[in-house]
Amino acid sequence: MSPELTAFLTNCFAGLALGSTYALVALGFVVIYKSTGVINFAQGGLLALGAYLGYTFSDNLALAFGLSILFACLAAAFVGAGFERIVLRRMVGQPPFAVIMITIGLLFIIEPILTSIWGFDNLQVPNPWNIQTVEAGGLVFGVRDLWTIGITIAVVTAFFLFFRFSGFGLAMRATAFDPEAALAQGISAKKVYAVSWAIAAALAALAGITLAAGPGGLSPSIGFIALAAFPAMILGGMDSPAGAVLGGIVIGLAEALTRGYQDQLFSWAGDNVSVIVPYLLMIVILLIRPYGLLGTKDVRRI
Amino acid sequence: MAKPHRNLTRAYAQDLRLFGTPWAKVGLATMILVVVLLPTVLHDDFWLSILVYVGITAVGAIGLNLLTGYCGQISLGHAFFIGAGAYCTAIVGGDLGLPLPLWLLAAAAVGAALGGLIGPFALRLRGNYLAIVTLGLIFVGEHLWRNLKGVTGGNSGTSVAAPPAVGPVDFSRLEIAGEVYSRNQGYFWLVWGLVALIALLAKNLVRTRPGRALQAVRDRDQAAEVIGVRAGRYKIGAFMVSSAIAAVAGALFGSYQQFVSPDEWNLLLSIQYIAIVIVGGLGTIFGSILGAVFVGALPALIDRYSADIPGVRTSVGGEGFISVFALNQAIFGVLIVLFLVLEPRGLAGIWLRVKTYFKAWPFSY
Repeated sequence: MSPELTAFLTNCFAGLALGSTYALVALGFVVIYKSTGVINFAQGGLLALGAYLGYTFSDNLALAFGLSILFACLAAAFVGAGFERIVLRRMVGQPPFAVIMITIGLLFIIEPILTSIWGFDNLQVPNPWNIQTVEAGGLVFGVRDLWTIGITIAVVTAFFLFFRFSGFGLAMRATAFDPEAALAQGISAKKVYAVSWAIAAALAALAGITLAAGPGGLSPSIGFIALAAFPAMILGGMDSPAGAVLGGIVIGLAEALTRGYQDQLFSWAGDNVSVIVPYLLMIVILLIRPYGLLGTKDVRRI
Repeated sequence: MAKPHRNLTRAYAQDLRLFGTPWAKVGLATMILVVVLLPTVLHDDFWLSILVYVGITAVGAIGLNLLTGYCGQISLGHAFFIGAGAYCTAIVGGDLGLPLPLWLLAAAAVGAALGGLIGPFALRLRGNYLAIVTLGLIFVGEHLWRNLKGVTGGNSGTSVAAPPAVGPVDFSRLEIAGEVYSRNQGYFWLVWGLVALIALLAKNLVRTRPGRALQAVRDRDQAAEVIGVRAGRYKIGAFMVSSAIAAVAGALFGSYQQFVSPDEWNLLLSIQYIAIVIVGGLGTIFGSILGAVFVGALPALIDRYSADIPGVRTSVGGEGFISVFALNQAIFGVLIVLFLVLEPRGLAGIWLRVKTYFKAWPFSY
């Protein structure tokens, strides 16, 4: 293989790994948005919370990495459901602006709590993959990236199966489609809302741990990636789970390719231009398709 | 028409008066008197500088309240426009050395132009989508500020040498009747004078025809469209006015601080403005000022008295469990959540309730 092609494929692989993290976070956004109509800015806080809990479980308590992932996701799910129960439930029927601001407020409350507990230091999450790599056909893959992609595929598949075939998945879809009709059929909207928040928080925690197990380690700025997952969700369409996955991969690829070819092609755009590529891509696509690639077009009546 | 023995409004025009009651006029006169006299009594630079920052914040908050509170457009990108105003001042006021009115107007013009660029999004997107596009504006802006090194000085920032002077009147060294006033005192008058001016302009804007149109767009834009309001035009207009006012706040901020760097125009600043508008009261001009006093002064006060607050860490590695910065952030979060859940109309709403209580006294309603 020519070195250019190898470099291109390596960049694409890095993009896929990044994209699957985005997809997990964006899927969390979509779950909450679809069932409750809320955009959850606190997702970054939940992501960081999950990552720190995972670190604590696997480092201080020396649990197996798989178990610590599971516990961290469960703990984050409880916190997420708690948010819904304590704060968000009071906000049903309020304008979207107020609800968005509530979730930003929650984010601002979680972040200082995390830094007061775990500090600002960069922590290394002990994980079974470390910096191992495998080589196939002249390409070098990080084992961690392969796991990230694998876990994402597994979780996304499980999510779609749950949504499509389980009774509760049906209840969630019904509530998302028409809350009043769903209530009339005996579906508990409260339960659906709480479970949506729990699922979203667990997805965020999972994304957080896989990210923290990477070379960057774990620091308070980890929640930032949730902000970068917004373009992924918007790009795919806010109410489309498939769109979230698609958007995540597109954004991840765009970001990684920009990073890879920045020196050759985009040197005029300044350093670190890859960081804002998701937003630029989102802005361009929204001008063409205001409801994202797969989102439902909002039909409004007076 | 005979005068009613209580403050009754008997016509729509009465409802729209700038000062509803004689007491409002008395209150306003007292406030003006306090603002005019305060710097002659208060010489402490710490308190004066807090009040100057509060005034600058109040200017920006009035702009955001016009957009969010009156027109219902969500913007998380206010910090971008504030930054643009500051850099514009660095060039027009500093490098070109033009006087105060010109650099203020130039900042406003740049702000309005940039706000107009958001127009197409304001037309096509609503609610949540718009919030996230304006969030993107912050990050794109931060990238621009860091890389347009010729204008902004890159990461290391740029000095803003804009003179706060109109002809012979120099606000950084005021001389009235033989007495020389300090830079902080001069800026206090300048900034709060502008707060009063912009509040008056905003108040007049919202009680006239365009203001009612804005509120119609906020309440239901399509219904507004049906009764003849050009919703699109008002949405773009609201963005332009709001970002022009934000840029003026940025200009004042830059010229007062004399140095700005890209780290200042981040998401936190935008959120701080939104917190001010929420805590003060969405859709009230007076609330924006109240909110700015309340939320804007808080970080400085916490910083000053951090040694006396239990559990706060004043230095890196010091004792206590929460740093000053983290405490500030947590307080913003708690304020936003508490106000939205418990008192969605903000401080202005509390004020209104107190007022109606006394108006109706001794009857409960």
